[in-house]
Amino acid sequence: MKTSRRTFVAGASAAAVLSGNRVAFAQKKYSDGASDTEIKIGHTNPYSGPASSYGVIGKTIQAYWKSVNEAGGINGRKVNFISLDDGYSPPKTVECIRQLVEQDKVLCTFNTLGTPCNTAIHKYMNQKKVPMLFVATGASKWGDPKNFPWTMGFQPDYHTEGVIYAKHVLANIKDPKIAVLMQNDDFGKDYWNGFKEGLGKDAGKVTKHVTYETTDPTVDSQVIQLKDSGANVFFVIAIPKFAAQAMRKAGDIGWKPAIYLNNVSSSVASAMKPAGFENVQGVITALYLMDPTDKQFDSHADMKAWVAWMGKHNAGASLQDASNVFAYAVSSLMHETLKKCGDNLTRENLMHQAANHHNLKLPLLLPGITVSTSPTDFYPIQAVQLSRFKGETWELFGDVMHAESS
Amino acid sequence: MPAFPKKWLWVVLVVAFAWPLLEPVFPDVVSNYRLFLVSTMIIAAIAVLGLNLLTGFNGQISLGHGAFYAVGAYTAAILMDKLNVPYYATLPAAAAVCFVVGYLFGQPALKLEGHYLALATFALALSVPQILKYKWLEDLTGGVQGIVLSKPEVPFDLPFNEDQWLYYYCLVTMIVLFWAANNMLNSRSGRAMMAIRDHYMAADTMGINTARYKTVTFGISAAYTGIAGALSASAIAFVAPDSFNFFLSIKFLIGLVVGGVGSLVGSVVGGIFYVLVDNSAQAISTYIKNDLGLQFDLSAYTIFGILLILLMYLMPQGIVGGVYMLFRRLRRG
Repeated sequence: MKTSRRTFVAGASAAAVLSGNRVAFAQKKYSDGASDTEIKIGHTNPYSGPASSYGVIGKTIQAYWKSVNEAGGINGRKVNFISLDDGYSPPKTVECIRQLVEQDKVLCTFNTLGTPCNTAIHKYMNQKKVPMLFVATGASKWGDPKNFPWTMGFQPDYHTEGVIYAKHVLANIKDPKIAVLMQNDDFGKDYWNGFKEGLGKDAGKVTKHVTYETTDPTVDSQVIQLKDSGANVFFVIAIPKFAAQAMRKAGDIGWKPAIYLNNVSSSVASAMKPAGFENVQGVITALYLMDPTDKQFDSHADMKAWVAWMGKHNAGASLQDASNVFAYAVSSLMHETLKKCGDNLTRENLMHQAANHHNLKLPLLLPGITVSTSPTDFYPIQAVQLSRFKGETWELFGDVMHAESS
Repeated sequence: MPAFPKKWLWVVLVVAFAWPLLEPVFPDVVSNYRLFLVSTMIIAAIAVLGLNLLTGFNGQISLGHGAFYAVGAYTAAILMDKLNVPYYATLPAAAAVCFVVGYLFGQPALKLEGHYLALATFALALSVPQILKYKWLEDLTGGVQGIVLSKPEVPFDLPFNEDQWLYYYCLVTMIVLFWAANNMLNSRSGRAMMAIRDHYMAADTMGINTARYKTVTFGISAAYTGIAGALSASAIAFVAPDSFNFFLSIKFLIGLVVGGVGSLVGSVVGGIFYVLVDNSAQAISTYIKNDLGLQFDLSAYTIFGILLILLMYLMPQGIVGGVYMLFRRLRRG
């Protein structure tokens, strides 16, 4: 084809306009840690030390980002996920986080684990204005956008859960006399404060409140004390090992109260089965994730997809462990948030997108539970559903409850 | 153990003081993060020195210096949090409190020798985090939640940033403490301390009040470690019982043995070593897995352990002792 001068000029100017347009449309914006090819995310987790059992969460999250990268990354960018071992020691967390922010220059941190560890870096991250997203702790202080606009939690906070149990006790049990077994740390206290708040003027109905330390060998003597108080309601605030011991002991000594169990210990494999199925019939808990050992979810599409993913990308990890479900669900929330950022990968926009999820469906959340955030609501998941243990599995009952934390 | 040549000491000090000022020239080498890391090394060196005074120079074993570190850190934190005491005034307070605690603990420790003392101090290290959570103390210590503090502010509008100031603050404290320790060790009291270590009965016969020297040494040693704890409370700006788990005491002991028992310079080397290895162990383990392609999941602590065994095998007297032996051999050969 012969190109006349006029068509050439027309073509050239059209090209100029088009390319000019493209520059205008696809204006890419980056903060530290993001580029055309890469998104850097920082993470701390105890892979060693006394809390190293949480290490599985970090490993599954690493496997998640690896699988995302193998599938082409996020909007064409590979995720560079840097996970450091802090041994659950707050001073070490500070060191690791400073390395991530100042040396490695990450865009944000994600799912840093542990209440004391996150407390140690809370102020620093907000001074540096680096997003500290979806932290792995259920304490109620992570949703405070007014004072800490760069920090966001993930799971329903313990406080809210405690309120829910208290309300259920008051509504359903005639003349309750309540016994409480509590782990003596911030996790236990958050539940306990929520529970007391839920009881309100009926707080006097708690007849006995005893604590244990995670270093105790058993909680047998505590359970005997609680039985002797004559209580007919037993609220168990404990991690799986001790929850199983407490419920088994209660059964062994012939104490048959109405048992309320915190969500942390709802795993069938690590708490209910060791406690003995005969001892845990009728136990009530609040759930928000699907339990991988719960047979009723076996045919659910999310669960099938997760099992397939685990087999392909995280082989060797336990299919019984609820931590792997948690890691997968929280990673997919981060994935969605980054996707929504598009080509505007600034820290401001990342926080903006994180604070603007509307009824987002995440894999492995219970049916009916979604993620919603807003610039004034930094609690992504606030709904739970009560379930009662029957046979060898949890049976959901009632409606999904949406609780606004105080 | 050899004395460090004075000439070199001055060179090291000048470099230490000038280093942060080189930031405009080498921005990569002198980042704020590096300064912070060196500050933590300095703090570790002071803590190891505290343990060295007791174990290296007086011959009493302690597996529980993490406890004194915690007491120092909490003393500083409570003073700053409840009484608004300025951060620099917390150092003498922490030293005083820890001296008293150490001195009192030294009294029953008199009856315990060797392994028994190690066990008693071990119990101390285990119990302190629990005591900090105790409900009667909770209003003061913040229980498991700990206490959130502010970082030391730069005084008199000096042209430093927070991390540079923290670095100088730690450096000056360390120099003062090492100078004091050096003077003490080269005095009558220091010689008495070492005489007790070398031959208890002979020292007793010579008329040294062994009981008093041992308890006072315990107090001074605790005070040094307590000052390190107070510095760390300022540097990290947060204290919680989880910060002072049992591994901390073991790390001090590792620093002591690796650096050189009974050597002041060894304390510095030991402090640097444990922060450095603690930080790089994970990097080494991922390097082995990803870059060398070995399919071993070596945890950071495994690397730490292997390094320790190698060091103990090659330099049984610690790094400082080992380097000294090497020099002597070279000179002879």
